[in-house]
Amino acid sequence: MTDQATTGEQITLRVWRGDASGGAFEDYRVDKVEGEVVLDVVHRLQASQTPDLACRWNCKAGKCGSCSAEIDGRPRLMCMTRMDDLDANLVTVAPMRTFPIIRDLVTDVSFNYEVAKRVPAFSPPERPEGGYRMQQVDIERGQEFRKCIECFLCQDVCHVIRDHDDLKPRYAGPRFFIRYAELEMHPLDTNDRRQLVREREGLGLCNITKCCTEVCPEHIKITDNAIIPLKERVVGATYDPVAWLGRVVRRRKVRTTDEAAVQPAP
Amino acid sequence: MAQIHETEHQDYDVLVVGAGGAGLRAAIEATRRGLRTVIVTKSLLGKAHTVMAEGGVAAAMGNVYPEDSWQVHFRDTMRGGKMLNNYRMAELHAQESPDRVHELEAWGALFDRTPDGRILQRDFGGHRFARLAHVGDRTGLEMIRTLQQKVVSLGVDVVMECKVLRLVTDADGAIAGCVAYHRPTGGFVTFSAPAVVLATGGVGKSWKYTSNSWESTGDGHALALWAGAQLIDMEAIQFHPTGMVWPLSVRGLLVTEGVRGDGGVLRNSEGKRFMFNYVADMFRAETADSEEEADKWYDDHSAGRRPPELLPRDEVARAINTEVKAGRGTPHGGVFLDIASRRSPEFIKRRLPSMYHQFMELAGVDITTTSMEIGPTCHYIMGGVRVEADTEATSVPGLFAAGEVAGGMHGSNRLGGNSLSDLLVFGRRAGVGAADYVEGGKKAAPFDGAVVDATIDEATAPLAREVGENPYDVQRDLQELMQSNVGIIRTGSELADALTGLDRLSERTSNLAVRGGRAYNPGWNLATDLPSMLTVSRCTTLGAINRKESRGGHTREDFPTPDAELGKINFVHSQPSGGGYRGEIKTVPEPILEMPPELRALFEDAT
Repeated sequence: MTDQATTGEQITLRVWRGDASGGAFEDYRVDKVEGEVVLDVVHRLQASQTPDLACRWNCKAGKCGSCSAEIDGRPRLMCMTRMDDLDANLVTVAPMRTFPIIRDLVTDVSFNYEVAKRVPAFSPPERPEGGYRMQQVDIERGQEFRKCIECFLCQDVCHVIRDHDDLKPRYAGPRFFIRYAELEMHPLDTNDRRQLVREREGLGLCNITKCCTEVCPEHIKITDNAIIPLKERVVGATYDPVAWLGRVVRRRKVRTTDEAAVQPAP
Repeated sequence: MAQIHETEHQDYDVLVVGAGGAGLRAAIEATRRGLRTVIVTKSLLGKAHTVMAEGGVAAAMGNVYPEDSWQVHFRDTMRGGKMLNNYRMAELHAQESPDRVHELEAWGALFDRTPDGRILQRDFGGHRFARLAHVGDRTGLEMIRTLQQKVVSLGVDVVMECKVLRLVTDADGAIAGCVAYHRPTGGFVTFSAPAVVLATGGVGKSWKYTSNSWESTGDGHALALWAGAQLIDMEAIQFHPTGMVWPLSVRGLLVTEGVRGDGGVLRNSEGKRFMFNYVADMFRAETADSEEEADKWYDDHSAGRRPPELLPRDEVARAINTEVKAGRGTPHGGVFLDIASRRSPEFIKRRLPSMYHQFMELAGVDITTTSMEIGPTCHYIMGGVRVEADTEATSVPGLFAAGEVAGGMHGSNRLGGNSLSDLLVFGRRAGVGAADYVEGGKKAAPFDGAVVDATIDEATAPLAREVGENPYDVQRDLQELMQSNVGIIRTGSELADALTGLDRLSERTSNLAVRGGRAYNPGWNLATDLPSMLTVSRCTTLGAINRKESRGGHTREDFPTPDAELGKINFVHSQPSGGGYRGEIKTVPEPILEMPPELRALFEDAT
């Protein structure tokens, strides 16, 4: 925009350009404007120098999780990264490395949508007369996980997805571990997805390096509040002799993967 | 006629355009009826503009104030819309929204709770009782994620990053399907379907300062008009009173009304709570006339009358505009929104976490200690596709519309929280309407190949042109024009200039040149969005020229008061001789639906 408060200085934006067949970084000189975020500069580039520069975005307010990229090597949202927090002279913007390139800064994140299809959805009991009752304190952890904006930065930085193509078909990744944790901790849910998340979604492959937590723009404590408690619950369902005895006495059975993998009635 | 261009082809019973709240809810309903349903969206699933909704979803559940009822919600909605609403839509909406919210809970939504474990409800402008079910200040995200997860669990097909260019109708004018392209590849695709539900959202991207994303280009409004449907109330645009004004790069970004619902007040540069000076007669009886009285109301609604900061959005936006024009604005041309001096930092961070982060990260402002600078931002269009209230059917057989793209529900001004409930109530009803229509035996007619070819030729023309207009320049000039000539305060001469300006922009749009190929090329994508933007901008301008009064989201400096006679009519736009964005638009006045006596009585005994 022309009425922006330009500072008179220029900086270099180094942007990865290319597609599935290959590409390279290209340098662009742009005016430095007060208060801008990286996405603003990309938009100015599109409007002035390079109208075909591909980048995915929607809300420009950190709420939709579309504009994920690697900025100076760090996975971040372009719309929430202020230029004045970065190196004053040179800023590098690259697409997320873990996902296949479509074009420029846009990657094919369909892996995540495929994993989502496997999640057996919330399964509550019949709604009682007068409605469901839940206490605020009992839903706060679930609400923390539901802050997730599906930017997939945690999936991008997870080394299982990033470096092990062979494991991807049986690994859900941190975004979906918080989804499973949310369902497990939901006061009303009746399903039991513990064996499923162990056997089919690869929870054990996570070795809690906490990279996902570090990059989460919503500051969700993915590892401490979701993955570790989920691992503990899975251990309880599988190996813990005290829990086993409790189940025998109370005649409650852990659901098998196949039993858990059902979608609720439409 | 045979088709020359090769396209991929897909066959469905119900095609839903748009994956926001209304589209997802419609698709759920059609799928539950066993119909082959597809959702086509310009973005990825879960990114639609619904995620931006912050404050809550309005439903008269009576969890906080048991005296609330659908009748009170209905009356608030009609009065907020300055009685221009389609009363039947407002009635259905008020009656059905509690069920729709409960349904979301059964699908996994985690709303904030009351102490006795029910869904908590918060205060918002224009709503007599605390009525908005919410999750902190990220209610839209909760809603879209819940609906998205429901859609996925039902196995509905979703075609992401796919832009619809044109609806195709058969010889009788009934819907046959659409022509679209995949943004990642640029490959064209035709969808056959006897029923299409438009759920494409709003038009805000044609204004310079807006809370809307790039997607809000009025595609559904334009597709409907081009296909033979009618648009109403297009002049009724909501400028949300509280958008960020600084830094400039985020100017327009929404600041939730929840800030005011939770105790925030507006002050001018003199530190004065100026809203007490702007209480219209219609709202005087129920609005506090002193700060002491207003402040008592937050804890107990029977201890005082409502604070004037919680008047409907059109009233507050105009007041802010007047204060700034009178020289009592902030350094960056807004006014102050102050919650820091009124609530504890813990309260603010718990109730308004997104706002806290938004200001901290984008503006470097700590809202627990410092006032926010805010000003009006183009937020929502009340007008839209004219539909039948019970089924959301348009005048084109097989075409349905729900959510922001549909007109009538909100009259000339929408109350906060009523859009999320609108999406649910009418999204579902559109799904039912489409399913009933398809089950009635309607089959999609085969496509006329010439129509497909012409659509593709027009869309690809900018790629073939060596020299021409840059779509970004045309978009910028359109935004400047609409902001300055068809903005929050309008006059006849500026509106006439806007029409001339739109003519010039249409000419420039037919001479666009775009560099690069079709695969994920944002310049080309914008070139294909401009026709819709021009069509809706023209309808808004025509409606504004014809409505020679001030009502709700439409304010005429040269006609500053409401006109009782104009309050009984809608301005209806149609395009009888076709022609797309260059075609002539006909605008005629038609009487609004008359309210039956039992509903009218609700206004007579109102206090």
